[in-house]
Amino acid sequence: MSEPVLATQNLVKSFGALKATDDVSIDLRLGEIHAVIGPNGAGKSTLISQISGGLRPDAGRVFLDGRDVSHLGTEARARAGLGRTFQISALCMEDSVLENAVLGAMGAEGAAWRFWRAALKTGALVERAEEALERVGLADERETRCANLSHGQRRQLEVAVALTLAPKAFVMDEPMAGLGAGGSKRLTGFLDGLREQAPILLVEHDMDAVFALADRISVLVYGKVIATGTTDEIRASREVREAYLGEDA
Amino acid sequence: MRLDERYINAVMIAGLLALPLYALAVDEPFTITLVTRAVILALAAVGLNIILGIGGMVSFGHAAFFGLGGYAMGILAYHAQTYTALDLGFISFEGTKSMPLIWLVAMVVSAIAALFIGVLSLRTSGVYFIMITLAFGQMFYYFAISWAQYGGEDGLSIYIRNDFPGLNTLEPIQFFGICFVILCAVLLLKARLQASPFGLALNAARQSAARVQTVGMSPMRLRLLAFVLSGAITGLAGALYADLNRFVSPAMFSWQLSGELIVLIIIGGVGRLMGPVIGACIFVALEHFLGGLTEFWHIYLGLILLGIVLFGRGGLLGYLTGKEGAHV
Amino acid sequence: MSTILIIEQVLNGLQFGVMLFLMAAGLTLIFGVMGLINLAHGSLYMVGAFAAAAVAGLTGSFFLGLVAALAAAALAGAVIEIAVIRRLYDAPHLDQVLATFALILIFSEGTRWLFGSFPLFLDIPDALSGPVTLPGGIEYPLYRLALICIGLAVALGLWGLIERTRIGVQIRAGENDREMIAALGIDISKLYTLVFALGAALAGLAGALVGAIQSVQVGMGEPVLILAFVVIVIGGIGSIRGAFIGALLVGLTDTLAGVFLPELFKLFMETGAAQKSGSALASMGIYILMGLVLIWRPTGLFGARA
Repeated sequence: MSEPVLATQNLVKSFGALKATDDVSIDLRLGEIHAVIGPNGAGKSTLISQISGGLRPDAGRVFLDGRDVSHLGTEARARAGLGRTFQISALCMEDSVLENAVLGAMGAEGAAWRFWRAALKTGALVERAEEALERVGLADERETRCANLSHGQRRQLEVAVALTLAPKAFVMDEPMAGLGAGGSKRLTGFLDGLREQAPILLVEHDMDAVFALADRISVLVYGKVIATGTTDEIRASREVREAYLGEDA
Repeated sequence: MRLDERYINAVMIAGLLALPLYALAVDEPFTITLVTRAVILALAAVGLNIILGIGGMVSFGHAAFFGLGGYAMGILAYHAQTYTALDLGFISFEGTKSMPLIWLVAMVVSAIAALFIGVLSLRTSGVYFIMITLAFGQMFYYFAISWAQYGGEDGLSIYIRNDFPGLNTLEPIQFFGICFVILCAVLLLKARLQASPFGLALNAARQSAARVQTVGMSPMRLRLLAFVLSGAITGLAGALYADLNRFVSPAMFSWQLSGELIVLIIIGGVGRLMGPVIGACIFVALEHFLGGLTEFWHIYLGLILLGIVLFGRGGLLGYLTGKEGAHV
Repeated sequence: MSTILIIEQVLNGLQFGVMLFLMAAGLTLIFGVMGLINLAHGSLYMVGAFAAAAVAGLTGSFFLGLVAALAAAALAGAVIEIAVIRRLYDAPHLDQVLATFALILIFSEGTRWLFGSFPLFLDIPDALSGPVTLPGGIEYPLYRLALICIGLAVALGLWGLIERTRIGVQIRAGENDREMIAALGIDISKLYTLVFALGAALAGLAGALVGAIQSVQVGMGEPVLILAFVVIVIGGIGSIRGAFIGALLVGLTDTLAGVFLPELFKLFMETGAAQKSGSALASMGIYILMGLVLIWRPTGLFGARA
């Protein structure tokens, strides 16, 4: 078994008396999609924030590609190879689709401190951005202002910006959120192929997508991982049924 | 009919150049001085617009840099004209009357001040940022008032305008030429900056700081650099303004001036290259014509401003081009 | 340096501080409830001072002047809230800044047009003039002592209003959740007008009270406004308690630094130079204080943690 690309080690985060993350250790290996599921309020978003650097854990560590990144901020973790997408699209609404993607390309190429040549006339940046847009199927919308995109297109753009970074690992926070059945299916197909490029830690509510995609699933309840295993193992687990799936059914 | 913004920009620049030349032909030096004043205020506002228009930072303390630039000129020229030494402890020299040197000092001093103010105020955002920049501006105002060595409340008069190699700066049209060229250079710089990767990132940081972080860039550093650059340009404008009036006083640090710089940008249109230039021309024209009609012309300025804020987003350029400017 | 001087200066600092509190309380309340930054708050301070000076000049009664100040400032506040401010609650901060900056221009020039450019004077009422002897034999102006008492009383009253009354409950609810308060069936636009007028009245009161020890003139409000901003940045936006602590800190720092820094500098400098550098540094004292607080806690002493 290969070295995990991304791993958390005994993460703990409390808000007052509430333990939002309780001794969470999960890992993400090369070539896999590892889904994290759990009921609302289970601490999924808090976990993602700690992995991506927005929130400091009270205890525990985060490793990316074998390197301890616990002390790094969001920017540095992104530079170290973490590609994150947001549950609620965090895009630059006034800018065009291409500009949003170029921003990602700039991050990947460390090009923020260039002051003279126009970003949209810098070949390397634009090529990288267009390649990502092409892959998610947004190439035709490159000139569209982000504010005029449909909800589904914004979700695609979220993924495209992460793609431009060519990260070592993706962390996706509910990429299917708000997508219709068709959009969800298309994105599922896309993510399925993406795991070959870099493994995906996928937080998702859409169970069809999760069971279609995941190599492994971790179930988070009240901040604790109550089970980790293959889809079949999770489906068969009584503990999971009682704690989580039972509530849904 | 809606007009192309580039077309308006070109007309604007041509007009700005033509008016003083016409005034020269009909021998009206005061008009030249008036246009020079507009050009310098525009320069200060272009500096401010780098952070306001692209970065969305509402600095209500930019008079600090305008004043620092002014005092840099005042102090250097004062020592030169009185043949007294300016003793900085580690170095002592007799001031200077050379504009390029004064500009350099004005920009460096303003940039250093902007670095300090920026490091502190950029830890916050929104209303905090507005109040803190306003407060720091006021700090320089009071400091200038209590700094008796350089005139305190009365300010400093410089008897003869400073020199520029090869030009006679005492000729209003030649001094105008200097200011005009600098404004054009800074406009070019701003246009390039806005389209550059740095400008794109700064603009993105205004819209979604989280996005910028997620692609591996620090919004704080982007903003800080923009703030320093902005302060340096406004400081340069301050040095020119002081040379125009041959006088510096604490009024250059006043909060009203900070407010007026924002107003210039809003009148013209936020986030637009020429917004501050159009705004400055309108402002100086209003001041001249309304001020000639009534002593209380600020009332009308206030009403116009209220009208723009409540009913007409996008400023004059927004109206002419039919596009709203960037929202802040 | 005598103890008497120190106590005197501490009292001066307190007096300055509580007057700043009257300004800062209104500002912070308006920000906390409506999310609005109001640059024209200094104009309301000026309106109070002018109303007091005009009415006291006509009637000879300082008390009537105070009533006029409260009424005029509250009225001016209510009018601008209804005419302008309420359109700005959901607007970006830049719009709020510009519109209230425009209001400053209109108020200032309007006042200059009405009253002229020369300062007016507001006399301290006879009953409060002259010094009073404090325990320990310190002579201190009775009027300034009265200002401290009034300021503390208003602070207490404000605390009572917010913590103990129905309207206070509504204000606190408004700070947390606008929709919820509307859902409770409270007329939110009336509440906002009321809060704004209350803040305005506090500013007007401060203007009138301070007007009697300084001159009443156009532009008197803005320096105080900016100090009140410093107070709020230190205390934390939206916190009345923060405004109170911040105001006292700023009042004391500014007053004590102005007196003691030159003295301190004399220990290692010649007198003239010490006087100059001491007062120059003292003029920056509160801003340095603000900078230090920002480094330590960017959201102020009592502000919500980001």
